[in-house]
Amino acid sequence: MRHILSILLENEAGALSRVVGLFSARAYNIDSLTVSTTEDATLSRMTIVTHGSDEVIEQITKQLNKLIEVVKVIDLNESEHIEREMMLIKVRATGKDREEMKRMADIFRGRIIDVTEKTYTIELTGTSDKLGAFIEAIDRAVILETVRTGASGIGRGERVLKI
Amino acid sequence: MQISGAEILVRCLQEEGVEFLFGYPGGAVLEIYDAIFRQDKFKHVLVRHEQAAVHAADAYSRSSDKVGVALVTSGPGATNAVTGIATAYMDSIPMVVISGQVATPAIGLDAFQEVDMVGITRPCVKHNFLVKDINDLAATIKKAFYIAKSGRPGPVVVDIPKDVTQQSAEFHYPENVHIRSYVPATRGHPGQIKKAINLLLEAKRPYIYVGGGAVQGNAAAEVTELVKSLGLPCTNTLMGLGAYPGSDPQFLGMLGMHGTYEANMAMQYCDVLIAIGARFDDRVISVPSHFLSQPKKIIHIDVDPSSISKRVKVDVPIVGDVKHVLREMLDILRQSGQKPDAGHLAGWWKQIEEWRGHNCLLYTPSTELIKPQYVVEKLYEITGGKAIIASDVGQHQMWAAQYYKFDNPKQWLNSGGLGTMGFGLPAAMGAQLANPDATVACITGEGSIQMNIQELSTCKQYHTPVKVVALNNRYLGMVRQWQEFFYGTRYSESYMDALPDFVKVAEAYGHVGFKIENPSDVEPVLREAFGPALKERLVFLDFRTDQSENVFPMIQNGKGLDQMDLPPHMRDVQQLPFENNRDYGNMC
Repeated sequence: MRHILSILLENEAGALSRVVGLFSARAYNIDSLTVSTTEDATLSRMTIVTHGSDEVIEQITKQLNKLIEVVKVIDLNESEHIEREMMLIKVRATGKDREEMKRMADIFRGRIIDVTEKTYTIELTGTSDKLGAFIEAIDRAVILETVRTGASGIGRGERVLKI
Repeated sequence: MQISGAEILVRCLQEEGVEFLFGYPGGAVLEIYDAIFRQDKFKHVLVRHEQAAVHAADAYSRSSDKVGVALVTSGPGATNAVTGIATAYMDSIPMVVISGQVATPAIGLDAFQEVDMVGITRPCVKHNFLVKDINDLAATIKKAFYIAKSGRPGPVVVDIPKDVTQQSAEFHYPENVHIRSYVPATRGHPGQIKKAINLLLEAKRPYIYVGGGAVQGNAAAEVTELVKSLGLPCTNTLMGLGAYPGSDPQFLGMLGMHGTYEANMAMQYCDVLIAIGARFDDRVISVPSHFLSQPKKIIHIDVDPSSISKRVKVDVPIVGDVKHVLREMLDILRQSGQKPDAGHLAGWWKQIEEWRGHNCLLYTPSTELIKPQYVVEKLYEITGGKAIIASDVGQHQMWAAQYYKFDNPKQWLNSGGLGTMGFGLPAAMGAQLANPDATVACITGEGSIQMNIQELSTCKQYHTPVKVVALNNRYLGMVRQWQEFFYGTRYSESYMDALPDFVKVAEAYGHVGFKIENPSDVEPVLREAFGPALKERLVFLDFRTDQSENVFPMIQNGKGLDQMDLPPHMRDVQQLPFENNRDYGNMC
């Protein structure tokens, strides 16, 4: 099953490679990984999307917690949460595709952020599923380039991951 | 007053009470070696290969309550240390390894003797540091020692660039460490402890399974009290030997791949199991599904949450320091005065005695060939069971574990997790330095000893009179045994040809050597080697042992704990499951 893990870790050189090294050394999957500093510059917040059985996810969580630089780990799937991913997608926008691409971007609440005579670059935000659905919905042949950030997640309501 | 980074490092080691620093100099650590030259609070031990420095520091830790420290130079010095670091990591041994690094401006430029030590060791350390700023040096060393010895112990590497050792700064050694992201567990959950006690008291066939965590966690006294006060059977893992006294009747022997028949059968057929600082690894329980096919409730006490429910899902996990948790259990048991049902326990012991009655460690004595088991038995007798035994890896390691009955923790030093050949001699040396008055023996084979034989030189220099007991069968014995069993006796590259004359080798290094070929000479030569006349000498005993001897019992890969290959005299023992006589098939 797909899980979204939120990790608070020390913003130190090498901390990211420890996390990534752990996943490769123990043969865990990484579907996506995003990381950046938080409002507290000494801390980074990482979101890892992974998949595996409950036992594997339990081991991943424990192994992550064992890393000295990891402050806290939560499995967002354990309760209500919100997930967002951003995609920049450059599509061919010529002839009848030009209108079609504009229409599809509107339907998916995307924004066209760069326009040339032949291309549009569309910014699209949503769950990873929604971004996937957009790619499925348009003609593969018009896609020139896609860039996805990987999912970021946060717990709903009062649930907060902080020191 | 400002002092150099090298001097800061030396002061830090002094503050930590370091007694011996095992190391080897080189370009990147010259400044540190100069600072070592100008101090006299700790002693430097110059090994002959960096791997040995790390094994010696590791065994210094294993055989004492202190943290072993090694110092190596950058590049090849650092990479040579990696096997030793991984060895300590797999066995959770507290250790600090300091490696030199090229100067910070040169890092990443493929400088001479540059290697990314932090990157290379990342998967085999508890933690590692690259010190880029001299102002962080003292605090980093303090953290390194704290991390190494707290929680589940392990090796910590501190990589120090040469320019950091040359710069100057004020020295201030922090008194305390606080790492907000690292708070090891101590006390176990009281509710879980109560649950564990209730399960134990209701058990019909209780069993205690003790691992290296009880040795490292200094919980041997508590383990012994628990086992004794409740009258339970107990087994130790290879790493746990000595945590419960090996000569006690409640001890069923080591369990696992080469464990005793009774220890393995009890593991399979117990109904309540308490695992103490043990991790259900593949060499212990073999196949988890087969192990669990016989229903049992499992209580697991461990300081490392990630060891719990890793290979086997447990019923009552207790995360905490094993000593603390056992103390609390003992207190509750003492106050309530409760004991397990005596009738059930008597029935369980009756079954165990029946298993034990087969005497699975019996071997066929010989008047012509030296049996390796006989050598270990005699060694046990002659040293009164009191020697510190450092072992290498292979058949001799298993015979040492089976036939030397360790009554005390930290008496048995071996590379259980990584299985590092070449560990024995430097380990014996480190243990002798930590325990100058103890008798220290290195049980080894002619294969393993040659992987770090150069340390005979270090032993000479530092007067470590260890006794090398080489069980020399002219084969890489464990490889040969597997080839005999599973590869149609095709002994591919497992024969040790062109062996040196070990007596001459020992003598060349300034030691004493004996070659023993007759069984009748085993005892007298051991008595001489361990006698007063040679007390201060390193003695190399080259025992020419029976080439065909195999280690039994043995659990083949993929087989269960009750599906052992048994020694010849037990071949007709039907390994039928206890109680329900269910046939599992595939029995040997």
